[in-house]
Amino acid sequence: MRLLPVLVVTLLLAAIPAQAKERLFVEVADPYIELHTAPGRGFPIFHVIARGEPVTLLKRRTDWIKVEDERGRSGWVQRDQIRRTEDEFGRRLEVADANREQYRRYRWEMGVLGGDFAGADGIGVYGAWRFTPNLTLQLGVTQALGEFSENALAEVGLIHSPVPEWRISPYFGLGTGVIRTDPAATLVRTEDRLDQTAHVAAGVRVHLTRQLMFRAEYRDYVVFTSRNDNEELQLWQAGIAFFF
Amino acid sequence: MAGRHRLLLLIPARLAALGALLGIGAPALAAEDEALVRPEVERREIRSADIDTENFEITVFGGGLAIQDFGFSGLYGARVGYHVIEDLFVEATYGMAEGGETSFEELSGSAQLLTDDERQFRYYDLRLGWNVFPGEAFFWNRRALASAFYLTAGVGGTEFGGDTRFTVSFGGGYRVLLNDWLSLRFEAQDHVFESEILGERETVHNLELSASLSAFF
Repeated sequence: MRLLPVLVVTLLLAAIPAQAKERLFVEVADPYIELHTAPGRGFPIFHVIARGEPVTLLKRRTDWIKVEDERGRSGWVQRDQIRRTEDEFGRRLEVADANREQYRRYRWEMGVLGGDFAGADGIGVYGAWRFTPNLTLQLGVTQALGEFSENALAEVGLIHSPVPEWRISPYFGLGTGVIRTDPAATLVRTEDRLDQTAHVAAGVRVHLTRQLMFRAEYRDYVVFTSRNDNEELQLWQAGIAFFF
Repeated sequence: MAGRHRLLLLIPARLAALGALLGIGAPALAAEDEALVRPEVERREIRSADIDTENFEITVFGGGLAIQDFGFSGLYGARVGYHVIEDLFVEATYGMAEGGETSFEELSGSAQLLTDDERQFRYYDLRLGWNVFPGEAFFWNRRALASAFYLTAGVGGTEFGGDTRFTVSFGGGYRVLLNDWLSLRFEAQDHVFESEILGERETVHNLELSASLSAFF
């Protein structure tokens, strides 16, 4: 339950536009461009704009760009067709693509991971900032729901990727955080506990397509309990992540 | 090594210069000069920051939830989604409902299995959605609105009866785009988890039907 507010705030922060955007006028360089009624290849084409006509670029959703012609007709055009239009100086336009190039250079990453946390079902979300190509600072929350207890983890970690440019890129990490243990209501009442944790991690990121990545990792935890012995826990998780 | 290479490369140039001095091979030299002036094609990049991108979607929803053994009750909540590509989106949902009474509680008159606080049904989940069957919905002969079906699957947690349980949810929905940024969604979801509220541990299904309004930003 505690995961969601964090996630919502992260998403909202990521979505705040940098500044007001101006309109972009371009000229169609292809024989024609096809206008779809909505952003998707399955939606019907209702209009075409011929070569030489000027269009305005209005907005973008995934790989689709909304354009408007001189008569005020607007529709959605696939990014690849926009790439072949020209601006007022006859220069060809490039619309940034979320491809391998961006995968090498991205700064922000978000993801959802699920897996096994010491026998319980774990679900986690994280946000990460890649401040150098090799180093990433990550903030995450994980909830582990088991038969006898539920755990909530909040942690901060540092990840090192030795070869960030590889499509399948391994990484290693270190982190610390707190874990809250809440025994199940059906058990004899025991106290909730809050302990500090530290972990080491090893995993792999795989660039799938566009902004999408697959991520899988193993973590070894030490929980610094108030008892005589520290507890050791293992976490296996995999999930999807995207960068922007 | 590099120095020797440069030297080797310089040999033809020296020969050409010698040729020029002697007045031979001048046309060849002119052709080489021309090739050196390459057309400068300036490529301008429109980064996504230059065009307003609308990949995020925020949704409010209301509907009903059939909590297994605890009756059908009102449900409301909110979602935040991100559209990764035209076919795929990810979504985080938070929903709230209140469980009713089991038939045992109703028949016995006064027996209460759960406290009021434990009867609050709250869930969150993280879903992956897949847009299928895009098309248009026709409203008689006046308007055609873009629409699509989508399928979702996700994992999350459900707080009910005093515990949070690992929950798997799956379902689907129908989305009608009212305009560029506003859409109407009708959805059915099944939330499945293991529960021992009624004594024995069993898999319970909680079916959700909802209507929602969402905005892209």
